[in-house]
Amino acid sequence: MEVAIVKYNAGNIYSVDYALKRLGITPVVTADTEVLQKADKVIFPGVGEAGTTMEHLREHHLDRLIRDLKQPVLGICLGMQLMCRYSEEGNVECLHIFDTDVKRFLPVRQEDKVPHIGWNTLTDVKEGLFTPALEGRFVYFVHSYYVPLNEFTAATTDYVQPFSASLHKDNFYATQFHPEKSGTVGEAILTNFLNL
Amino acid sequence: MLAKRIIPCLDIKDGTTVKGINFVNFRDAGDPVELGAQYSREGADELVYLDITASHEGRKTFTELVRKVAARLSIPFTVGGGINELEDVARLLGAGADKVSINSAALRRPQLIEEVAKHFGSQVCVVAIDANYENNDWLCYLNGGRIPTDKHLFEWASEAESRGAGEILFTSMTHDGVKDGYANEALATLADSLHIPIIASGGAGQKEHFRDAFTLGKADAALAASVFHFGEISISELKQYLANEGINVRKI
Repeated sequence: MEVAIVKYNAGNIYSVDYALKRLGITPVVTADTEVLQKADKVIFPGVGEAGTTMEHLREHHLDRLIRDLKQPVLGICLGMQLMCRYSEEGNVECLHIFDTDVKRFLPVRQEDKVPHIGWNTLTDVKEGLFTPALEGRFVYFVHSYYVPLNEFTAATTDYVQPFSASLHKDNFYATQFHPEKSGTVGEAILTNFLNL
Repeated sequence: MLAKRIIPCLDIKDGTTVKGINFVNFRDAGDPVELGAQYSREGADELVYLDITASHEGRKTFTELVRKVAARLSIPFTVGGGINELEDVARLLGAGADKVSINSAALRRPQLIEEVAKHFGSQVCVVAIDANYENNDWLCYLNGGRIPTDKHLFEWASEAESRGAGEILFTSMTHDGVKDGYANEALATLADSLHIPIIASGGAGQKEHFRDAFTLGKADAALAASVFHFGEISISELKQYLANEGINVRKI
């Protein structure tokens, strides 16, 4: 199986590369159009700022390419947010795969710290990336912006308010959390994606 | 619900773990990668690797180590020690660290926090503060607690937040090594005045101390070194204890 990781100006690309290698898969990290289109699975990771990252994707014609992919695609963290319609971070139009917006956490109580950093639970998990055994399990989050619950929500996490921990539409899957940093639970989710 | 985090801290010198005496049951205790993997299996939520080597050669060894840790561990880890400029941050994040902890360099040149936040995002930028309680005030220290400054803990923490720090790692020099509990009053003041997560450090001796750091100190995470290294407290037992005490911790 050929797994491609989209190479662009983002942070955690190599963490995903390492995580797949721990699962016995050696992915190719590339921005090459042809390689990405031909891969069996594509992972679109990311840690960074939405505005400048979208600009970079457009400059390198990766925006169109990602939107048009037909194989299973997994967006992670910023990758998931960029797959939405619009992000409040940098007030930027995104890839519009998921018809929903990305908002900044507005703390309600003093203990609501932003960024949301650490381990939090998955609830209402849907088939695809998740099995029922993953209900209530902890995964690792680091983010200041979130996707509200919507028709594509595939798992829910509660921080300040319930939000989308995962999204799914057609061949597009996404997680707000980092499966590559979520221990054995994260490994199970990555394995489920690879087995799609 | 967001879990409270338990973070073992490993001191690294010339690429090996500075050992505790109770490592007899663990053959690879000197190997920071194996020790980190062991802590991860026991339920550590994150790890901190602190480079206490000063030499240039040692720094290269440490970067190599960061690469190996990133390849092996499936939980997040922070690296610190000897980070003076943006280039150091780029090198360590490039090697696979999830976050960097900056301390003296930020006190000497606070703009470094802004630079790190701007280039890599606030989420990678942990500002570590060593402070000592003296003359009814918390004073910040440089160089691992050796050189006093005129900065005050609460003002400096607040400045670090406004400059873009993603988390504050507060070590109480007053409590460090005493094993009589964390600086809960100061921790609570930080938690009540800042809007970013606070990591408690210095003073852990018993399980109750972790509970108190989370309840009285309102900390988001608690870091400890010797109680874990010397086998005085096992991480899995600690997390079971905290769960029984009603603290929300991650079950693995």
